[in-house]
This record gives sequence, structure tokens and C-alpha cells, in this order.
Amino acid sequence: MSIEGANGQHAGSQPDDGGLSAAEQHWELRLYTAGHTPKSVRAFNNLKRICEEHMPGRYQIEVIDLMRNPRLAKEDQIVAIPTVVRKLPQPLRKIIGDLSDTERTLVGLQLRSRSS
Amino acid sequence: MNDLANGRAPLVTAGAANGGPASALPKAPTGIAGLDEITFGGLPRGRPTLVCGGPGCGKTLLAMEFLVHGAMRYDEPGAYVTFEESEDELAQNVRSLGFDVDALVAQGKLAFDYVHVDPREIEETGEYDLEGLFVRLGLAIETVGARRVVLDTIESLFGGFTNMALLRSELRRLFRWLKERDLTVVITGERGDGTLTRQGLEEYVSDCVILLDHRVTEQVSTRRLRVVKYRGTSHGTNEYPFLIDADGISVLPVTSVALDHRVSDERVSSGIPRLDAMLGGGGFYRGSSILVSGTAGSGKSTIAAHFADAMCRAGERCLVLAFEESRDQIVRNMRSVGIDFSAHLASGLLTIEASRPSLYGLEMHLAQIHRGVGRLRPSAVVIDPISNLGINTLDTSAMLLRLIDYLKSEGVTAMFVSLTAGGKALEATEFGVSSLIDTWLVLRDIEAAGERNRGLYVIKSRGMHHSNQIREFLITSHGIELLEVYAGPDGVLTGSLRSSQEARERAATLAREQEQQRRQRDLASRRAVLEAQIKALQHEASTLDAEIAHESIQYASATDTIERERRAAARRRGGEESA
Repeated sequence: MSIEGANGQHAGSQPDDGGLSAAEQHWELRLYTAGHTPKSVRAFNNLKRICEEHMPGRYQIEVIDLMRNPRLAKEDQIVAIPTVVRKLPQPLRKIIGDLSDTERTLVGLQLRSRSS
Repeated sequence: MNDLANGRAPLVTAGAANGGPASALPKAPTGIAGLDEITFGGLPRGRPTLVCGGPGCGKTLLAMEFLVHGAMRYDEPGAYVTFEESEDELAQNVRSLGFDVDALVAQGKLAFDYVHVDPREIEETGEYDLEGLFVRLGLAIETVGARRVVLDTIESLFGGFTNMALLRSELRRLFRWLKERDLTVVITGERGDGTLTRQGLEEYVSDCVILLDHRVTEQVSTRRLRVVKYRGTSHGTNEYPFLIDADGISVLPVTSVALDHRVSDERVSSGIPRLDAMLGGGGFYRGSSILVSGTAGSGKSTIAAHFADAMCRAGERCLVLAFEESRDQIVRNMRSVGIDFSAHLASGLLTIEASRPSLYGLEMHLAQIHRGVGRLRPSAVVIDPISNLGINTLDTSAMLLRLIDYLKSEGVTAMFVSLTAGGKALEATEFGVSSLIDTWLVLRDIEAAGERNRGLYVIKSRGMHHSNQIREFLITSHGIELLEVYAGPDGVLTGSLRSSQEARERAATLAREQEQQRRQRDLASRRAVLEAQIKALQHEASTLDAEIAHESIQYASATDTIERERRAAARRRGGEESA
């Protein structure tokens, strides 16, 4: 499933849920924030960095400010801020915090297995 | 419910009863029967209240009722944030209690949000806060303009996040946030081991803490509610039984501790004329409490049935709560002693509610009685028996006291049947209710000469002259018959002893009569003999008379003859002598 030490190279060959190899997957991520806070800025920067590293050109980050769209907090079951939701690839994953712990972020995005 | 809110709560220490400083604290009525009385008006307005207890103790329901009543009766919309059940599940659960939550949501009076935190799909990667929860809460409150908020059970958050320090500081912030908005909040919490809540929520909620308890004693479950803490106001401190049924939660009792119920001089018949006579002629006072106690098979239920029958005959409603026999069984059994309940049942004057005493906890029975009385407005209630109602514990008797008090305050004449266990003193009532009982009839078996007879006496009857005699009574095909006591030189006798004594007396009377007759006959015959003798003597006298007469005639004729012969002789001699 996950790509071990992928470093952005097309190393993984296992088929994924979508039938595509991990390297060809499109990543759809949402970052939920509540206003423009230092934490959310940090989270956005960290997320962008990780995506550039692991899935350059194959990701999309949507930032949702719950202060402006409070309804989405209910719809997407958001409690903690900031939260990153991996919409694609399936299954849905949630990562909370400012993503400063890169290892755990990779685990959370299932780019790395927990044991490593 | 407002009138109840102003009423006094039961068994609260004197002085605390009339509010006083309590009224200074604004309160939000819950609309839950009984709870508003214990808290003298409801939960602290604009503050959080913690409702804690074990699983299945009714926390969610209490919280939901608080919101629903708020929205429906007090014009205070509410927001319900659930952490455990989805909105659909929640709505479904309370729909069974007759709350149409969907309609309230549609009317914009209630808002729901299901906050679901699944630790399996969450990875913590650094600093975060719970602003998302605040956003959602804010949205729910704003949607309906909520004045009341429920957080059920916010402790679930502790299972979803690992950073406890952060969680606690966020909770503290949350409660501050709620207070700033002047919201009346109910927070539920699962009871922990030795603490009120597992996560120590009581640390954040210091204004009011209500503890719910659901315990099983001797296989019968009872629910209890206790106000552990209520800052700045007096409150009932006891454990109060409560129940959950088709109408939601009600906390017992709904009665007042004050002895201020009106009394009546009017009498109601016991249905047994001679018993009425024993009670100074008129029967029981209306609105009084009557205890009928006795050993098994001493005729308690029959006495109670007579009373119920008499009430119905007088055209008054009577509610019979039976815990030993089914309705049909009662009707059949009472028919055998000449009491026909079927007509009263058909006319609606009589209501028999039969249930197994062990089926529900005691409080359920008491609530059933409360509801029955509230619904039917009967003139009389018969509870047969109260001795089956519960385990003999302190709170049982306390509850019964309150029940009796309640019935009195409603002006209902109440008859309680109590089974005295064999070997116990007849005067021992299991529940110590005797002090509240106005008229106490004891039925006892009188064992003598190898048989058992039934005796009845009046231990006490307040406010009326009553007989001090033990009456023997018979259960006949036309009901109970009280007999005249046999009080002869050998003391009070009952049963066959009485009848044999009576027979002996009858025999003695008969013998005396026979003796008398014999002597009369004797005298008469002696008189007859005498008369015969008189007759014989008279006869003899008359014979003698005749003889006397005859004798004198003979004498005369003899004298005559002698004279003639003398003359003749003289003549013969005279020729010679006179010559």
C-alpha cells in the first residue's frame, strides 16, 4: 500500500484501491483552519512541503476556513484545528495538528507504515 | 409545572423549604416532574450542570427532556451536541418517549450536532486546538438562538485525543465560552471508579452536580437521583427515586412534607355494617388512611373488596392496585363471597390494575399509583398488599410514607392491605407506616380447640369512638359477617367453642324447661289425686249421711214397735193387773 522511502520516485508497483499504482495516484487534500492563525499557516507550509516532496504535481490542497464556512465543520466531522483530510486516495484519513512532526504526518497520510 | 416549582420539595430540612436566598439565583426549569421541586425551580440559569451516572442510568434522557421541555414550554430553544449517538439514533430513542424531535428541529427550536471522533482515523502531528468544536457549537447555537445546550457525553473526546493537557485546557476554555454566552448547559458524564466522572469533569462544573444511579437490589432495579451539589441555593439532598416510562422521567415524589392537608368529617362506609358500627357508627373518615393487616388467609382482601364495593355502590370511583391476583381472579374470588365487581368494572367506577410486585422497582409502582390517581381522580384507592411492594429497607418506608402523604393531600381515602409474616408481632408493620395511618384494623387468627377462626379488632381509629372488642367474623357466600362476641363467664369464645358453649347452654335451658314441666305435671297429678280423694271422702260422707238417715228411721220404727209391743203386753197384763 504505502511507498517505502519513495522520495518521489516511481518505485511503488503495487496496485492501489483505484487500480492505479501509488505513484500515479492523484491526491486530494483538505486543510481545515479557523481563521488565519500561526498554527494554520504552519500547517499549510508543512503540508505543501511534504506534498512537493512525495507527490509533486499530483496533489491538490484545498484550504477551508471554518470561520467562513462553519457548516463544513459538521459535514466533515471536524473537531480539532488544524485538520488535514485525505479525501483521495481512499480511504479517508484525518491528520490533526500543525504537521510539524513529519514522520507522523507521513504515517497519517499512509506514505509510511507505522512501524518505520 | 410552574405551580410545582413553587411547591415545597419533600423531606427537606425545615427552613430550607421556602427558598429564601434560593430565589436570588435565577433558575431554568427542567420541566421534569419532581426535579424542579428538588432543585427549587430548576438548574442554575446561565451555568453548566453536570449530570453523571453509570451506563444506562438515564443521563441522555434527562438532558434531552431538559432541552425538549425548554423548547416546548419555556420558549428556550436548545442545541444538543452528542458525542456518542448519531442524531438519527438519538431522535429515534426519544421518539419512543413521545418527543417529536424532528418537528422541533423543523420549527427551528432544536439543533443537533453529532461530533464523532474516531481515534483510528486520526493522526496527531503537532500542535492543535479544538476550535472546530467551538465552531460547530457556535453554529448550532446560532441556528436556533439556543438558550440551552447539552453536551452528551463530552468525555468521549478523551478517547479521541492523546494530548490530555491540551484537552483539559480546551475544556476549561469551552466552559468559559459557554458561561460568557449565558447558556444553561447540561453536561453528561460517565461515572468513574470512586469519582463522579471518569475524567474528572466535576472539576470544571462546580455549580450543580446531579448524580443518577441505577442499582439492582434483589433482582429489582431502582433508579435514584441525587443533587450532589448546587452552589448558592438550597436543594433536596436525599436520594430520590425516579423512573423512566412512556412519559419520560419523573422524579418521586411529587408531594409536600407539610402536614396541612384538609380533613373531612364526612364518613365513608366500610361496606360492612357491623364494622361501621365498631367505628363509632359511620365507617372511615373520607380522605383517611386505613391499614388492614393480618396473617395470610385472614380475610384482608375480602375486607378491602367490601370497601371498594361500598365506594362504587355510593357512585364513587375506586382504584384497586393488586399485586397478588389478576383482575379476573379478583372478580371471580370476590363473586364467591357475594361481591360483584363486574358491574362496577363495566360502569367504569372501579379500576383494577394488577401487576407483579417484582416486575418493576418500587418507584415504578409508586409512580403507577401517582399516575393512576392523577388520571382517574378516584375517591378511594386500595393497595393490596403494600407488604409486597418492596424490600424492607429504609427508603422503602420513606417512599411509602410519601405515598400515603400524597394520597392524603389529594383527599383520597386509601386502604392499604399488609400481610404480617407468620411469627411476627401483629402490631409490627413492616414499613413503620402506622404513624401515618388513621384507622388500623387487625385481623387475627384465633386458634383454639383445634381450629382457626377469624377475629377482627380496631387497634386505633383517630378521631372517632371505636369498639375495643375482638369480633369474630365469618366469610360467607354473601360477604363478611361480623358476629356478636360471646362473652360469657368463660371469657370470649369463638368458632365451635362458641357454638358448643351455646349448645351447652341451650341444652341446659331445655333441661330446665323439662324439669319445670315435669314438676308441673307432678303437682298437677298430685292435685288430681287429692281431688279424687276429696271426691271419695265426699262420697263416703254422703253414704254416712244416708246411713244416719236410715239409722234414725230404723230407730224410730224400732221405738215404735217396742212401744206397741209394750202396750200390747200391758194390755195383756193389764186385765189382770189393772183389775
